[in-house]
Amino acid sequence: MNKNWPLWEVFVRSKNGLEHRHFGSLRAADAEMALNNARDVYTRRSEGVSIWVVESKNIKASNPEHNGELFEPAADKAYRHPTFYNLPDDIEHM
Amino acid sequence: MTNENLIQYLYGIADNSLILGQRLGELCGHGPTLETDIALTNISLDLFGQVRSYFQYLAELSKDDLTEDDLAFLRKEREYKNLLLVEQPNTDFAYIIVRQYFFDVFHYMLLEKLQDSKNVNLQGIAKKSIKEVAYHQRFSGDWLLRLGDGTEESKQKVQQAVSDLWVFTDELFHVTKDDEAVIKAGHGVDVRLLKDDYYAKITNQLKQATLEVPETKYFQKGGKQGIHSEHMGYILADMQFMQRAYPDMKW
Repeated sequence: MNKNWPLWEVFVRSKNGLEHRHFGSLRAADAEMALNNARDVYTRRSEGVSIWVVESKNIKASNPEHNGELFEPAADKAYRHPTFYNLPDDIEHM
Repeated sequence: MTNENLIQYLYGIADNSLILGQRLGELCGHGPTLETDIALTNISLDLFGQVRSYFQYLAELSKDDLTEDDLAFLRKEREYKNLLLVEQPNTDFAYIIVRQYFFDVFHYMLLEKLQDSKNVNLQGIAKKSIKEVAYHQRFSGDWLLRLGDGTEESKQKVQQAVSDLWVFTDELFHVTKDDEAVIKAGHGVDVRLLKDDYYAKITNQLKQATLEVPETKYFQKGGKQGIHSEHMGYILADMQFMQRAYPDMKW
């Protein structure tokens, strides 16, 4: 029997943010405990207003060995970035 | 109600948080897991925060020129009015949880009523503290269920803790002469009225945790009169060392 509790990933939405951001991970026996633990470990300095937890094993991650085929083809396609427009001077905050 | 009545009443409340906070503080870096370690020390800090509010108010009430540090660190053992329950040692995680749960349920009920005190200072402290204590109760109650309805070993350990600590629960509802005066003036809470609800609540939780409710009719008392268990001297030696070795030291 594995004596360690399963690993959970913690996502916290901060007061001034709209999206939940990955804050880190922790161990807990179940989802309820993971929420309590996340509250204690990651929001004790009033960082957040909402917490999500998900068991780490439920996250499907891309394989770093496939980085070549997945990400490199995008590297020389500068035309996919909207950087070729001339912006009128009157438009602010861009 | 005299000033001295109110002072003693405040010690009776604040010293519980002080001594339990100190007990939990001993666990800093020793919690069974990183997560519970942080949770328990968070609770400890919540309690110390509450103590500071009470002691700042007490310092105002005292005739001598006392500070909150004097009250926390420079009294003698007999002058501490905490319940025997909160000074019981961190025997193991089951004891820590049961001690916490037995206190949290009482603490929540007390603060609930203290919010209606005629004393605005107490009202304010109660309103601020009750959210923290609601979480403490959730934490310890949840763990009580897990340990009771957990493995054979966890169940045996938590049942032992329940049986051993049960004898300290009756004292939660004792009332001193000072308390009586403060209650009469509408500033304090008559804890005797909370007793039935308290036992109904913890009995229910113990049953849910598949634990046996002790039937003992013999209970320990003394803390509220300043007569403490053998553990208290060690707690104070630890807690007071810095202030006694380096008087008036500041962080």
